[in-house]
Amino acid sequence: MIEFKLPSLGADMDKGKFLEWRVKPGDHVKRGDIVAVVDTSKAAVDVEIWNEGTVYELIAEPGVTMRVGSVMATLLAPGETPEAAEAEKRTRPAPVAVPVQAESVPVTAVAAPVVPGERRRVSPVARRRAAELGVDAETVAGTGPHGAVTLEDVERAAAAATTAPAVPAAQLDKQAEMRRAIAAAMSRSKREIPHYYLSERVPLQNATLWLQAENARRGLTERVLMAALFLKSVALACEKYPDMNGLYRDGKFEPGAAVHVGVAISLRQGGLIAPAIHDVQKKSLTQLMQDLTDLVKRARAGSLRSSEMSDPTITVTNLGDQGVESVFGVIYPPQVALVGFGRVAEQACVVEGGLRIIPAVTASLAADHRVSDGHRGALFVAEIHRLLQQPESL
Amino acid sequence: MTNEEIRAIVIETLKGIAPEIEEGDLRPDRPLRDQVDLDSMDWLNFLVGLHQRLRVEIPEADYRKLTTLDVLVAYLAAKGF
Repeated sequence: MIEFKLPSLGADMDKGKFLEWRVKPGDHVKRGDIVAVVDTSKAAVDVEIWNEGTVYELIAEPGVTMRVGSVMATLLAPGETPEAAEAEKRTRPAPVAVPVQAESVPVTAVAAPVVPGERRRVSPVARRRAAELGVDAETVAGTGPHGAVTLEDVERAAAAATTAPAVPAAQLDKQAEMRRAIAAAMSRSKREIPHYYLSERVPLQNATLWLQAENARRGLTERVLMAALFLKSVALACEKYPDMNGLYRDGKFEPGAAVHVGVAISLRQGGLIAPAIHDVQKKSLTQLMQDLTDLVKRARAGSLRSSEMSDPTITVTNLGDQGVESVFGVIYPPQVALVGFGRVAEQACVVEGGLRIIPAVTASLAADHRVSDGHRGALFVAEIHRLLQQPESL
Repeated sequence: MTNEEIRAIVIETLKGIAPEIEEGDLRPDRPLRDQVDLDSMDWLNFLVGLHQRLRVEIPEADYRKLTTLDVLVAYLAAKGF
């Protein structure tokens, strides 16, 4: 019998509110399948399973907040019979979900449908947003498939309802909760991680010209942003300097097997989330750009996968877009490095003995002294510099 | 399509990216990106949104020109909308 437990969804999450099951007893699941939706302080997360098996018992109840590690369901391993599972259950204590606090109203509880006997289709994200905005999802006109109520429908309805308060109390709570979660993770980082910082001005003349030529050939929907070049250069530099890429846990460093780059994304209602793009070192710029667009969209809509939340092995922040010249980041534990990019701007640079005005960016590194030192960090930053001079090889 | 219709589509597309904006607060003659918090990804998604609704191609070389709401509307109108 396999116990499916609530996974950790990042350093700033120790509990989550279970929203709904995406499977039912008897369903066959395989590695990577989405089995449940859990709400964290930052997003509704689609939780994936990492075992193959058949769903046996669903234990978690919708609306209940659970600690990380609580058993949410049991599965039969391939070839295992229900009888064997029952026998095994008798030999150990029954798995119980550990609720942190019982919620009086389950999140998935719905009001009486407008059409009797016919339950409206409302996406989980839309339902959650409706609760935040104080909108009754059952009365919103749906524009999705089969009249399903989408996130946009809910937001449109909320915008139309002029009597609704500008910032509903539920949303304020959510913001306060997210701020607390960020504070907890960042306090832990500053307490535990001996940061060191390096910065370097990187000329982007080649990268800018290459990107212009490339984008001139591409349609609007296929265009690539400089951010994709930054992500790829960091990932390739991580392959060469693996002590920047991985997790520091239980007093030792575990290098990452692949480079899963956490991308810092600011949320419009306030707050920050840094989900991963997986295997960045292997992906083309076109693919990375698609992944990045999709990730930003889903992060802002509050719909991420558990692996994206828990997997990053290094983080990249791109605050330059907001106009600052440089950014020195706080490492997201248990990661050991964070690369920051400032604003891409025309700067006076000395090139081949002459003064020239060219686009450049300040790249910075915050890294963990328990794992590397300034010398290695400098080589890593120099490698990012070098890679960005050869955009065609990214 | 009249300029007012184009403007309405531009505002609606913009609200899809930045739901917090109030149309009344936008100065049509001031740079849009000074008034609305749009990073380069938001800007690209905004233009992709216009592209999908109006079937218009906007070369990257033109991005710099598209500063204000008025300029953007005139640009789209000149493209035959």
